[in-house]
Amino acid sequence: MTRTNVNKSFRAHLLNKLQTDYRFDNRKKEEYRDIKVELGVISKAEGSCRVTLGDTIVLAGTKLGIERPYPDRPDTGSITVNAELLPMSSPDFESGPPGIQSIELARVVDRSIREGGAIDFKKLSIEHGEKAWFVFIDIVSMNNDGNLMDAACLAATGALLNTKYPNVKDGIIDYKNHGKDLEIEAQPLLVTVNKIGDSLFVDALRAEEPYIEARLSIGILDDKGTICALQKGGTTPFTEEEIAKALDLAILKSKELRKALKGGKTGKK
Amino acid sequence: MAYTKRHDGRKMDETRPVEAEVGVIKNADGSARFKIGDTEAYAAVYGPRELYPSFLKNPSQGTLRCYYNMLPFSGMGNRVRPGPSRRSKEISLVTHNCFQPIVDLRAFPNTVVDVYIELTDTDAGSRCAGICAASMALAHAGVPMKDLVSAVSGGKVGKSVLVDLDYKEEAYENEEVSDMPVAVLPRTGEIVLLQMDGKISVDEIKKALKILKKPIEKIYELQKTALKNSFTGGEK
Repeated sequence: MTRTNVNKSFRAHLLNKLQTDYRFDNRKKEEYRDIKVELGVISKAEGSCRVTLGDTIVLAGTKLGIERPYPDRPDTGSITVNAELLPMSSPDFESGPPGIQSIELARVVDRSIREGGAIDFKKLSIEHGEKAWFVFIDIVSMNNDGNLMDAACLAATGALLNTKYPNVKDGIIDYKNHGKDLEIEAQPLLVTVNKIGDSLFVDALRAEEPYIEARLSIGILDDKGTICALQKGGTTPFTEEEIAKALDLAILKSKELRKALKGGKTGKK
Repeated sequence: MAYTKRHDGRKMDETRPVEAEVGVIKNADGSARFKIGDTEAYAAVYGPRELYPSFLKNPSQGTLRCYYNMLPFSGMGNRVRPGPSRRSKEISLVTHNCFQPIVDLRAFPNTVVDVYIELTDTDAGSRCAGICAASMALAHAGVPMKDLVSAVSGGKVGKSVLVDLDYKEEAYENEEVSDMPVAVLPRTGEIVLLQMDGKISVDEIKKALKILKKPIEKIYELQKTALKNSFTGGEK
C-alpha cells in the first residue's frame, strides 16, 4: 500500500495545534464532523445505510441467505462482516485481495455486533440442524477522508436496523418480496479515540491518520456506556489514565452518533 | 400473452428515469454517479498517475485501466462474492474497449489512468450505467477525450423491440428475451460497445439500433448538463 508521506513539519504543526485544544481544521479535539445517516438507500439489499462523516462516505448493505447451521450450534444462525476499502475511495487503496486494514476494520465491527448481542443468533434458526438465516453485512468505503472505523460500524448498525427478511416459499427465498423486520436487540457503535503526543482526539481526518501514534476503538452499546468491544491500534502504548479518559470521551461521543442514527432518514423500500 | 405493453407503463423507446451527477467522490481526480431506474453506478478516475510495477509502463503514451465491480449487496438474490469474477473481468474489458479509442494519453507517457466503476444497486443495464458514469468521470478529471460515451441497452421481449430493459423484462418467462447493450459516441454515432444475448433477427437488431438513438441523445444531454453544472457552481 502506498502511504501518504509522513512529513516532520506537518507533524509538528499537528502537535502545536493540538496543544491549543484545536485541530488543524479548527475543530475541537472531541468534535466530530457533520454526521449524516441515510437508511434504505439500496433497492436490492435486504437492508442498507449510507453514512456521511464530513467527506468520508461509507455504505453498508445486508444480504440474507439460508444455510446449514454449524454442527456444534444446530439452533443458531450467524453473521459475516466483510469490509472493502475500494480503490475508488482513496488513492491509498489498491485493487486486490483484502489488506490488513480492511480485515481489521471488518473484524472490529464484527466483534461489536456479535459480542454486543445486536442479533440473537437463536432467532435466526429455521429448522434444527438443517436451516438457519445467515446475515451478510458488507461495508464499503466510497470516499475515505478518515475515521472509516466509526463510520463503518454506524453504517453496519444502520443497515441492520433497516433489514427485512425476504419471504420464503416452499423453502426457496423470494428476494423480490420482503416481510418482517430482522429483530435487533442492541445497537453497537464504535468511537475511536486517537493519540498524537499526549493529546487525545476523535474523528481523525485522512491527513491526520498517518501521524496517529495509537488509537483505541471502543464499541458502545447504549447511552449507559456498556462497552462491547475494544481494539487498540498503533505501536505507541497508552497509560491507564489515557485509557480511562478515552473511555469517558467515547461514551460521551457515542451519544452523538446514536442521535444521528436515530435521526437517520429512510429512503424507498 | 404478448408483451405489447411494458409492465411499468414506459413507451418502447423510453428509458427509466435517469440521474447524472458529477464530483461525488472528493478524493478522486474525477468522479460521477449515473442512475437509471434502480441501477446505480459510481465511477472514480485517478490519474494520470505513476504506474507500478514499472515494466507495465508505456513510454509512448499513458495506460488506461478500467475496473467494473458489483458491490456484494447490489444484486437481486444471493450476495455477490467480493473480488473479480469472470463476468466482471469481461465487462471491465469491454468497458476499456469503449474508452481506449477516445481518450488521448499521448501527453502522459509512463503513467496510468485508473477508472473504477462500482455498482451499488443493479436492476439490469449495469454495464451501460457504468460506462455512462465512467465517461463523465473521465471528462470531470480533465482527461483529453474526443467525445463522451453514452450507453443504454436495447433488445426485445417477445415481438416488441424496446430500450433499457429492467430486471423484470430481462427475466420475462413467457416470451423470448434478448438484451443488447450498446455504447455510442454521440457526436459521430459510432458504436463502441455491442453485445447481445438471446435470439434476435437482423431486422430487429437494426430496429433496436434505430430506436436507441433518441434515448442516447437524451442521456448525452444529461451527462453534459451534469458536467457543466459541476463547473458553474452546481457541484455538491
